[in-house]
Parts: sequence; structure tokens; C-alpha cells
Amino acid sequence: MQLGTRHLLGIRDLASADIETILDTAVSFKEVLQRPIKKVPSLRDVTIVNLFYENSTRTRISFEIAEKRLSADTVNFTASGSSVSKGETLLDTVNNILSMKVDMVVMRHSATGAPHFLARHVPATIINAGDGINEHPTQALLDAFSIREKLGGLEGRRVAIIGDIMHSRVAMSNIQLLKKMGAEVMVAGPPTLIPKHLAEAFGVRVEYDLKTALQWCDVANVLRIQLERQNQVLFSTLREYSLAYGINKRLLDSLGRQIHIMHPGPINRGVELDSDVADSGHSLILEQVENGVAVRMAVLYLLSGKS
Amino acid sequence: MSEQTIIMETAQLELTLKRLTHQLIENHHPFRDTCFIGIQPRGVAVSDFIIGYMRQLHPELLIDYGRLDITFYRDDVRNSIHLPSETFLPFPIEGRKVVLIDDVLYTGRTIRAAMDALLDNGRPSRVELCVVVDRLYSRQLPIHPDYVGRSIDSIVTQKVKLYWDKEPRVVLYDTL
Repeated sequence: MQLGTRHLLGIRDLASADIETILDTAVSFKEVLQRPIKKVPSLRDVTIVNLFYENSTRTRISFEIAEKRLSADTVNFTASGSSVSKGETLLDTVNNILSMKVDMVVMRHSATGAPHFLARHVPATIINAGDGINEHPTQALLDAFSIREKLGGLEGRRVAIIGDIMHSRVAMSNIQLLKKMGAEVMVAGPPTLIPKHLAEAFGVRVEYDLKTALQWCDVANVLRIQLERQNQVLFSTLREYSLAYGINKRLLDSLGRQIHIMHPGPINRGVELDSDVADSGHSLILEQVENGVAVRMAVLYLLSGKS
Repeated sequence: MSEQTIIMETAQLELTLKRLTHQLIENHHPFRDTCFIGIQPRGVAVSDFIIGYMRQLHPELLIDYGRLDITFYRDDVRNSIHLPSETFLPFPIEGRKVVLIDDVLYTGRTIRAAMDALLDNGRPSRVELCVVVDRLYSRQLPIHPDYVGRSIDSIVTQKVKLYWDKEPRVVLYDTL
């Protein structure tokens, strides 16, 4: 076994050597994706179910392409249109799917800990594709891959994560990964959207002023406001948020230095990012999406071993 | 402790590699339609030497030389997960002659995987195989080398390894 774990539930469980192994392997898969035939036969005897209890565009398509490029058989499951609406439990649904001889489960769920629960109760390998406000490990891995590719490494690089930190599993996974790999991390946003004890718990800097954060960082990873997860009023209007924390070209030009902009998607244009930034040369957003396939291929490949 | 015999010493190995280089030149000069590919990881040390010597002999010619990793194409890939090495093919192989270079030819399974990996990068007009050591009578697939440094008789319990350090050499181990 090349990784210290049988499942990928979160960055929390990965050693820095595991992260290094995944990122190095992804380099090889990125090369595979440049070939005329963008496919390898490694997982041709493996069946994978993509179990999505929550909406997703990028992650689901990215996993599906990664699986197909590895020659795995794939089955897609979305909660809407399934027997979930008839009252079937998560464990029943999964056990029924597994009895059709499925080897791996890629799973997204709105409940924090859902993939951990499955990993304890079913024999298949579980890969977390986002659980509630907990973790989104493959997003953090592809973000790290993109930074490493652009800046030549992670150690000592300054990454600012900007926006709705409180409700973001991307932020949670990114903070843990970047700290494990020796990067410096800052979170920035309105005080109401930054959890209180983040600085002590993870050793990150906290900044409430956007321009100060942008001046400090090499890379700004900008997050969406997750209105669907907010059940109380944490800021007045999106317009006000955008005025204080929206990134536009004028602001970037005023920094006097070049920084890279990342975003896990989907972007709310005009809120956290203006179009003239999202589509500019500063932006790594589409490279992130491209790298996502290679990184997910690496994760699936490394977790597919029989022993 | 396993018993070991050196079957090729440094001077002899160098002489053999130079002979292989001359044979490749004889058949492929001036290399317009040919490219050379070392198989990762251990074939590359050998191919680096061969191509280096070839370029020394023909500095006026452009010689296409790349490296191919076969990890994802192994037929035992999931029995134990191996980490890949780099694949570097900065030239087209479509319609050209390809010479694969490896250190030891044994069961033939590595070369089978290499041919699959190669064909995903294009359709060569012809593929040849150059190896330093050919372990006779141990093939599990119908694969035959075109250029051989040394053919040896060996049995299943023996191992043959090419070392490429300060003192390059080929060693035969008895593991029984």
C-alpha cells in the first residue's frame, strides 16, 4: 500500500508523505491526459459508484472523467430521482449498491461525517467528495497541485483563503493540507464568517481587511458565500459583502505585485470575483479544473490496490 | 544470504553497450525515421549511455530520445500499487520506427506493457527491442529482442540485476 490509509475521508487523516505521493503521482497522470489516447488500463477491473446526495457540477464530472480515464466501470447515483425520497437510509442504499459488486464509493453528502460513517460500516473504499462543512479533500489536493505547479512548491508560500470560511469544507481541507506541507496560511473575510478559534486551532493568520490580505499573499484562494448553509444573518447584503470583499482588477492593479487567484467554483461573478479578474491572466481557475482530473486519478489509483 | 556471480564487469559492460550502439547506428543511421525510448526506471540508465555515446559519434545528427513509464500498464498493477516514474516523449512516434531499450529481458511482461503504453502515444511503423541481458528460456509471452548484449541461461530462482553506480555491472543472484 502506498498511502497510509485505505479511504480518503479527509486531509486530517493524511500524512504529509501521503500528500506528497498523491501530488507526485498526479504529475504522471497529467502527462497521460496530454496523450492522443488519454486513458490507461489500470482500473479496468474496478467498479466505482459516484454517490451524490448534494448538487455538484465540477467535482462529479471530474471524478467521472478520472474514473473513465483509468478504465474503471462507473455508476452514477444522485439522491433526487432515487429511492432516498421514499425513505431509504444511507446505509441501506449503499449496501444495496455494494451487493452489485462495487469496489469504491465516491461520496458527497450534506451531513458532516457521512463518509466516515460509511467507511466504518461497509467494506468498500470510500472517497469523500465533500461532506457538509467538514472536508473536501480532493479539492484541497488539486489546489495544492496547482500552487505547486505554478510556484514550484508549497513550503513557505503564502496562501490567503478569502470569503466564507465558516461554512467552507474547501477552506477546512485547504488549511490543513497547506499547514502540513509547510505553507503559510491566512484566512480573510468578515468577522462573522470566520470561526472564532481558527487561529489557535490551526496556526493560521486572521485578517479582516481584504487589501492587507492580498498584499501579504502569493496566492488568493477565493471562496463563494454559501447562502444555502447559512441559517442566520451574518452580513447585511451580497452587495455590501461585494463592496468590502469583492476582488476586482483595480484592486489587484493597486497591489503593485503579481498574485495568483484561485477559486474552487462555482463563481458568483460580481460578488466575490469580478469577471475581469476571473478571466484574467492572474486566474488559475481553469487550470485548477484541469488539474482536478489528474489529482483524482492519482487518488483513485493509489487507493485501488488489492493489498 | 544469497550467492552472487558477476556476469558482466564494468569494462565488459561498457564494451557491450558500445557494440549495441554501433549495431543501432548500422541499422538506423541517419535516424530521421527512428526514435529511441528507454523504459523507466532501470532501462533509462542504459539508454542514457547508449544515446550519449551515439551523439558523441554523430554530433551532427538530431537523435530523438525519450523515456517511457509503464507502471499504469502492468498486468499486475493492482496486486501492489507502484509509483510511476516520468514519461518524456517530446517528439511524435506516429509512422516512425521506435527502438525500446531496457536492461534485462525476462518474462516479457514489461515489454508487453511498454508496447501498450507506446501505442497510446501514436502508431509507430515498427517497434524494435534492445536489451543488455536476455534471460533465455524464461519468456511467458511471445516477445523477442532485436539487439542483445548478452544471452544467459538462468533459472526461475535466480535474479539478474544491472547496477548503474560507480562500478556498473551485471550480477546474477541465487535466491535459494
